[in-house]
Amino acid sequence: MAFYIASAIAILATIMVITRYNMIHALLYLVVSFLAVAVIFFMLGAPFMAALEVIIYAGAIVVLIIFVIMMLNLKEESVEQERKWFTRNIWIGPGILAFILLGELIYILVASDTVLLNNKVVDAKEVGLSLYGPYIVGVELSGLLLMAGIVGAYHLGRQKRKVLHRFLQSTEE
Amino acid sequence: MLNSLWLIPTFPFLGALILVLVGSRLSRQVAARIGAGSVGLAALLTMAVGYDFLNSGVGAYQYTAWNWFDVAGLSTSFAFYLDPLSLIFIFVITFVGFLIHIYSVEFMKEDEGFARFFAYLNLFVCSMLILVLADNLVLLYLGWEGVGLCSYLLIGFWYSEAKNGYAARKAFIITRVGDTAMAIGLFMLFSIFHTLNIQDILTQAPQVWVAGTSMAVVIAFLLLGGAVGKSAQLPLQTWLPDAMAGPSPVSALIHAATMVTAGVYLITRMHTIYELAPLAQLWVGIIGAVTLLLAGCSALTQFDLKRVLAYSTISQIGYMFLAMGVGAWSSAVFHFMIHAFFKALLFLGAGAVIMALHHEHDMFRMGGLKNKLPVIYWTFLIGAASLAALPFVTAGFYSKDQILWLAWAGEKGNVWFFLAALTGAFITAIYTFRMVFITFFGKAKTQVSHVPGKRITIPLVVLSILSVFGGFIELPHTLGHFTLFSDFLSLLLPSVSLREGVESSEWILQGIAGLLALTGVYMAYVFYIRSPRISDEIKSSTYVLHQFWLQGWNVDALYNFLFVRPFVYISTLNKNDVIDKFYTMLVRATEFFNGVFVKTQSGILRWYVMGIVVGAILIITISLFVQP
Amino acid sequence: MKTLPIESGLLLAGVLFTLGLISVLVRRNIIFMLISVEIMLNAAGLAFIVAGSRWAQADGQVMFIFILTMAAAEVSVGLALILQIYHHLKTLDSDAADRMNG
Repeated sequence: MAFYIASAIAILATIMVITRYNMIHALLYLVVSFLAVAVIFFMLGAPFMAALEVIIYAGAIVVLIIFVIMMLNLKEESVEQERKWFTRNIWIGPGILAFILLGELIYILVASDTVLLNNKVVDAKEVGLSLYGPYIVGVELSGLLLMAGIVGAYHLGRQKRKVLHRFLQSTEE
Repeated sequence: MLNSLWLIPTFPFLGALILVLVGSRLSRQVAARIGAGSVGLAALLTMAVGYDFLNSGVGAYQYTAWNWFDVAGLSTSFAFYLDPLSLIFIFVITFVGFLIHIYSVEFMKEDEGFARFFAYLNLFVCSMLILVLADNLVLLYLGWEGVGLCSYLLIGFWYSEAKNGYAARKAFIITRVGDTAMAIGLFMLFSIFHTLNIQDILTQAPQVWVAGTSMAVVIAFLLLGGAVGKSAQLPLQTWLPDAMAGPSPVSALIHAATMVTAGVYLITRMHTIYELAPLAQLWVGIIGAVTLLLAGCSALTQFDLKRVLAYSTISQIGYMFLAMGVGAWSSAVFHFMIHAFFKALLFLGAGAVIMALHHEHDMFRMGGLKNKLPVIYWTFLIGAASLAALPFVTAGFYSKDQILWLAWAGEKGNVWFFLAALTGAFITAIYTFRMVFITFFGKAKTQVSHVPGKRITIPLVVLSILSVFGGFIELPHTLGHFTLFSDFLSLLLPSVSLREGVESSEWILQGIAGLLALTGVYMAYVFYIRSPRISDEIKSSTYVLHQFWLQGWNVDALYNFLFVRPFVYISTLNKNDVIDKFYTMLVRATEFFNGVFVKTQSGILRWYVMGIVVGAILIITISLFVQP
Repeated sequence: MKTLPIESGLLLAGVLFTLGLISVLVRRNIIFMLISVEIMLNAAGLAFIVAGSRWAQADGQVMFIFILTMAAAEVSVGLALILQIYHHLKTLDSDAADRMNG
């Protein structure tokens, strides 16, 4: 029962995310959605993942996005802008496509045999053993990916000053 | 010394290589030394090898340089095979080739493509040597195509004139017809014998085939096709007169002395197959007989000095084919050798005359050169006498007489062959001396501008000596019975067995032949010196026939009508190229889709995401239906 | 605790994914698009966790960790890009960045 409540909260919160005009509101609903998903993780026997979901998704990533929004110094007009972009017509195409996709997913799920989930808890120790056992290459690659992410973010995020040659500068004046 | 056999083709090859790579940077003198010197070395080496070969007393010597390729049962090595037959051929090629190289040094001295000329010429000598020394038919075919290539390059040597390029293409394409037949013949030989080694085929053939087997006949005819193309015999003879567009030394070396006799070499080399295919052999003779007559008649009417010689070459090779047709292999080879001497001499002489007269080719604008160019006159006269087979004193008499005799008396000979050969000999005498009289006698019509130097006269003198004394190594029964040449070849090539009861008539036939030759000379004298009016009258009264012969029996027009026109017609039918339509359509479709997909590249991110979603949906849908 | 059928978990993942998808397609604001992508990634992670729970194995969770790593890297690079785009174009409209037609 708790699963269904959590699911409902997650879905509702996500719907709220995608319909907000204000970015900060949307992000707060996103945090709610992530927390609900974390609860589900916990119920599915993955407590460590629930913790990571809260820390990284609901914590780090959302905070990162909020920081960027603060840096961009977006004001009321961005909300207005968002409202203006949100017309009824724009929902038609995506709605149809998403409906078809969802329909197909449901069909696949219904067509297959029902299997009950295991209640066994897979704790952090097991995950760690698996991660540094058979998946060690994946861990290394993740490290590389993060490194690339840091370097890329630094490189892209740098504000390049427009450098003009002094001769050009003098002619410009 | 024998094991340095491989060096003989290597020297000209190296010469060609050096001249091709750095020829343009060398001075003329150095280029000439490399070009002529490499062939000279090959000639010296040939002498040494030949001397050793004769002393060693072995029947044949084989030298394997390396294994060329070995694939799917066809193992071919780069191997040279020396026996009396190939020895004679390499002797003629290197020796006559060397003389012609020396001659070319002066003949080409003003030409811009001096080094290029010698590069081609050396490459030709190399290919020709590979052809005759080849141990297997694949290597022979390499040489065969190599000489064809060099012939093409040298006919079109002065490529800035379109008609030379046309002549070169004509020669190349027409010989290609024969080469294709020959290639098919080689494939069939391989499928039967599982080897292309010449000696293996020759030893196995009599065991595999009985005489007259259809397979042997077919293969013999296919090989004959190749020989006919290369040797300019009927029906592929039309390229040779046009090939005179090349420089005169080229005409002498390639289109008279060596390359065009490659067909004779091929058939002689494969003579076992022809003896197993009597029908094909008979046709060799028929082609030879018909060709020698047709080409002789055409030679009667030509006015271009070199074209007379070209037709006479076709005609003389016709004699060789006739000899092979009656099984007189050694006579064919003998006539090849003598012909190489006197025809090279005539071409070189003609080249010297043409050079002396500002590149004037028309005989009727020459005349009176007897006193102005005495050395050329006398050597040319000797060559002409040899070609006309004047009795007793010329080499041509002995070689041609042998063919005449065997065409009559040989087992496979018959009276028609003999009559054709006899008529041919008569015509030969007329046109030869017509050429001599018109060119060297009478009034001078063009001034001599250039007196040939030593480099031109010495080869002429050497060749004229050979044209006289070369014949004395083989004398007929009636005149001394000296058979050095045929003895030399007797191990390799079977001799002709005579029909019964003909021996006594040999001297009568010789008498007739000699008399006819002299009559021919006399008739030429009457027509062109004593009363030129008669020749003009004959010419005007038989104008149509004259034109017909001048055009070489209009074979070109016939082929034009039979092959070229229909081909052109078919190609106009397909002018829009049906097959090309398909590719154009492909291009159109590509362009169309390009247009469509360019539209999708709108730069709007949401559309791309939309595309991904549609794709995902499609894939899921397909996988749902395909695998329910 | 009562055991759940696997469909309900996967269905939740599917619904969340589809919602994220709709959002990506609908929004023009790049930050919202990034947020939507996060939703979709989270949904994919959920599917992995459900599958791991089905077999009671750690592999599903390992995959979730990888997705998490990727999401973190993606967000950092994506936000850097957004900063640059805003700096150059003075707008967050993704349609404005169509000059290259790529």
